[in-house]
Amino acid sequence: MPTRAFTSGVQTVERALVVDPGQRVPGRAAGFPLRREGPAKLTGAAKYTDDLVFPGAWHGITIRSTEAHAKLVAIELDPDVDWSKVVVATAADIPGDNVVASIKDDQPVLVPVGGVIRHHAEPVALLAAPDKETLRRLKGRIRLVTEPLPPVFDPEQSDHVFAKYEVTTGDLALGFAGADLIVEGTYRVGHQEQLYIENNAMIAVPGDDGGIVIHGSLQCPYYVHKALKRALRLTHVQARVIAEETGGGFGGKEEYPSMIALHASLLALKAKRPVRMIYERHEDISATTKRHPAIVRHRSGVTKDGVLVAQDVEVIMDGGAYCTLSPVVLSRGLLHAGGPYRCPNVRLRACATRTNTPPNGAFRGFGAPQTEFAAEMQLNRIAERLEMSPAELRRRNVYRLNDTTPTGQVLRESVAAEEVLEQALGASHFERIRERTARESAERGGSGTIPPGPLRSGDRRVANGIGLALGWHGAGFTGSGEVYIGSIASVELTADGRIRVLTANTEMGQGTKTVFPQMVAAELGVPSDWVEYAPQDTAEVPDSGPTVASRTVMVVGGLVIRAARRLKAAVEERNPGVPFHEAFRDDAKANGATRIDQKFEAYPGVVFDDATYVGDAYPAYGWAAAVASVEVDLDTAEVTVRDVIAVDDVGKVIHPVLCEGQVEGGTLQAVGYATLEEMKVRDGRYLNDRLATYLIPTAMDAPHIRTILVEAPFSGAPHGAKGVGELPMDVAAPAVIAAIHDATGVWIHDLPATPERILAAMHGDRGAPAA
Amino acid sequence: MPAEPQIDVPRHLFEAYERLAAGPTRPIAGGTDVMVAITGELAPIPERMLDLSRIDALRGIQLEAGSLVLGARTTYTEIRRSALCREHLPVLVEAAATIGAAQIQNRGTLGGNIANASPAGDMLPILLATDAAILVGGQRGEREIPAKDFFIAYRKTALAPDELILHVRFPLPPGREVRFRKVGTRRAQAISKVVMALAWEDFGSTGWQNVRVALGSVAATPIRARKTELILEGARPTPEAADLAAEILVRELNPIDDVRSTADYRRMVSARILHRLLREAGGW
Ligand SMILES: Cc1cc2nc3c(=O)[nH]c(=O)nc-3n(C[C@H](O)[C@H](O)[C@H](O)COP(=O)(O)OP(=O)(O)OC[C@H]3O[C@@H](n4cnc5c(N)ncnc54)[C@H](O)[C@@H]3O)c2cc1C
Repeated sequence: MPTRAFTSGVQTVERALVVDPGQRVPGRAAGFPLRREGPAKLTGAAKYTDDLVFPGAWHGITIRSTEAHAKLVAIELDPDVDWSKVVVATAADIPGDNVVASIKDDQPVLVPVGGVIRHHAEPVALLAAPDKETLRRLKGRIRLVTEPLPPVFDPEQSDHVFAKYEVTTGDLALGFAGADLIVEGTYRVGHQEQLYIENNAMIAVPGDDGGIVIHGSLQCPYYVHKALKRALRLTHVQARVIAEETGGGFGGKEEYPSMIALHASLLALKAKRPVRMIYERHEDISATTKRHPAIVRHRSGVTKDGVLVAQDVEVIMDGGAYCTLSPVVLSRGLLHAGGPYRCPNVRLRACATRTNTPPNGAFRGFGAPQTEFAAEMQLNRIAERLEMSPAELRRRNVYRLNDTTPTGQVLRESVAAEEVLEQALGASHFERIRERTARESAERGGSGTIPPGPLRSGDRRVANGIGLALGWHGAGFTGSGEVYIGSIASVELTADGRIRVLTANTEMGQGTKTVFPQMVAAELGVPSDWVEYAPQDTAEVPDSGPTVASRTVMVVGGLVIRAARRLKAAVEERNPGVPFHEAFRDDAKANGATRIDQKFEAYPGVVFDDATYVGDAYPAYGWAAAVASVEVDLDTAEVTVRDVIAVDDVGKVIHPVLCEGQVEGGTLQAVGYATLEEMKVRDGRYLNDRLATYLIPTAMDAPHIRTILVEAPFSGAPHGAKGVGELPMDVAAPAVIAAIHDATGVWIHDLPATPERILAAMHGDRGAPAA
Repeated sequence: MPAEPQIDVPRHLFEAYERLAAGPTRPIAGGTDVMVAITGELAPIPERMLDLSRIDALRGIQLEAGSLVLGARTTYTEIRRSALCREHLPVLVEAAATIGAAQIQNRGTLGGNIANASPAGDMLPILLATDAAILVGGQRGEREIPAKDFFIAYRKTALAPDELILHVRFPLPPGREVRFRKVGTRRAQAISKVVMALAWEDFGSTGWQNVRVALGSVAATPIRARKTELILEGARPTPEAADLAAEILVRELNPIDDVRSTADYRRMVSARILHRLLREAGGW
């Protein structure tokens, strides 16, 4: 009988790239470059952090709290274990400040003995060993001695406020006094997991100079760099961060990579060898940041003609146990909370508080999807109360050129709200289909609602519905964020005649590596594959800011274009009469390298006061509309999102295929948010912290998505682009919920609209179950 | 030293029986349950494993004396492609198509689904509804266990540690109809919130006979709803019978809230899908 053993070693096979790098996208996008990293990803040749081999590297793991709130009394190592064969690190091993540098310095790298554990799965100790089996065996032999403290799980009960804002305009009381109808609503959204395909992964390699080199999966090399310097007390040069191929981020690799890089570094410094910290999915979901849960309360006043005259909105976000980026997430949530509608009397209030749950953080949309869901729910419910088409209600209130927002920002240009609305209505035949679904529900009997009994549906098995939502998304950072960080991006002609783009902006599937060279090539008049994209290595590239906030193409792309223009001018000035593409190689030979560093300068005329929240909250806004069509199974309340028409104004489309990809991905992520994705929390712990239980849409669940791109350029950026990554995430969820309402007659106020909630709502409207 | 279980790959049943008799050994068929438990650290790594993939005696789909017999190693893909299944028990094909997605269907087996005995195992209500029998064997001999006696408690079966599942025998009584409905969380790769198989024999004049209402994900094991079956026994699928059956089923079930769904939803939706299946059968 043959006997064999498991082999756990992974073989990496190098495969030849099959695509000629000069090849162009065929079909409608002819003339646009193919994705640079595409072939390697498709053939499996791309190397993600876990694929990188460092001889002699050890594996590291994190020992985490199992309580939501407790005092850490001691960390006990089992005396029966020979600990000299492995490395254990605790807070006592941190050479610098025990903080993960962020907005507030409240989050420790590791909870110190005597300190306080503030959430479940909080890092307390680290363990490294030559092999994973030893880790598996020993991790249970480190015991945390704790004394429980009373936890707080309800953000409304918390007395610790991370941030609080208020924006008011006009006279609220007067506004409500003039209203014919006042509608109130409370809307709730829960955690959402980013669920990038590649789990978090970091490898720390100690250097001869006492420094550390980090190779990792991350969005923001300089965030990690800053965190290393602070906690490990390293100089600018001793800390070096290299972003490797990154399999998705969605905001989830904005904050937490700093933590993991520090953990890997502490172990590497102590073990004096490279240490790999590669998260398993279970650990990744249970410990890392999620989208902030929020409670949003609306009170709106409208006239009988459907004109908004007063809006009073209160937003409460659950920040989790540490501040992370909550203040900025909250700020964006607040600034978008009214929706893209003109209203003379507005009060927007928001606060983010601390609870004993894992910290929440950045996620595509950054606070806006939460508050815009509520705003659109509110508008759709107002339309219903007024017996007015939701399209017509929007037409009467939507922002137009020269309207003023609640912060006093005059929308001087690039306002495409009406256009995206009308295009979505036209492409979806919204009004015609709404008439049909209304007829169908009337035929089913009753006022558009369904069930003849709790235990059975009627003769029709499915109901169809259509729903509309409109949204906006402030382009780039909020307020004076860009001025504050002052990004630098560079374009270089090297001494050996190569053209390179240098930025710290990472590729995580969205196309940075493709569009930056494309934009530079277009300026210089050369084919885009002549332009190289330098690795995102802090030893090589300047700090062009984080890869977040849909700012990469808009803000950093703008810098890159300006740098390219200056490079072209410099070369052509030295070579009069010769165009750049003919001159640059000889120019490099004759004059050596030319590097242009372009620093961000404030967009002209854009002024915001961070203290009073008055002024231009964003330099421009992207506008989006979505129309969703759903089918609801009347027996089971299962929802099929059949199609979504997504119309997005992105200012300027740089690469149509990648741009549509962003819209499709964002729309699908929003469909998951609307219907499926629900992080269940008990005693501060995520219950469904595995892929088997945290469910996102599969290809089978994905609707047909039709993307229509609109271009209302922003004059402050040389190319006019306003960003696209987050915009589609803001609108699809409320459109889906509106469609579910159209099909079933019930409003689901809390996301996600699971069949459990829909069925309960259908019966809630009908009283107690009786067969 | 990495912990690697010793894995035996026998070609013949007697060799497999020897290994099982020699001490604790975990069989592995498609591995789609076993490996998830190991990599997810949900269970200790077994010390010894028995790879069933080379034992031909566990494969094959055959008609034998009025029964359809499926080897324990039959994969869902094999079921989906089987002309015999399609002809004699198409509900197996229908159910197999709802399991996981293509990769899982290629590897996952009927025997694995049965031995794993998850309350959410999608094939299990069909076994209960069709009065299937599970043939098991070991060094001590072979025996046939009726499906209704096989699932004794939460993830506990009548299978002894030294036994293998060999075959599943589905009787094919004339005039029998079987229906299946799975309610999952999404359209693929979804564990059931409720799964139901309904079977009856219809000879025209006497009303429905041998009615079976079997469900998964509503109790600690796959179950039959005996009270509901009684209501439907001798009945016809009329609106009145459907209403009554739905009402009885709701009272009969005692599901729980868990990470996948709620007790209320499971109870109500069980009744609703039964009602729908009866409505479809009655053609009203
Ligand atoms: C992504 C994914 C999706 C899934 N989707 C579904 C789904 O939709 N519906 C569903 O019901 N299940 C689903 N499953 C669970 C699993 O695929 C099924 O239960 C499958 O039938 C298990 O078969 P297997 O051959 O892979 O079992 P294995 O993992 O090989 O074995 C499972 C158990 O049975 C034992 N065993 C296997 N064969 C025998 C035998 N002949 N005799 C005795 N003991 C035996 C093993 O020792 C083990 O305890 C899913 C699993 C995954 C990973």
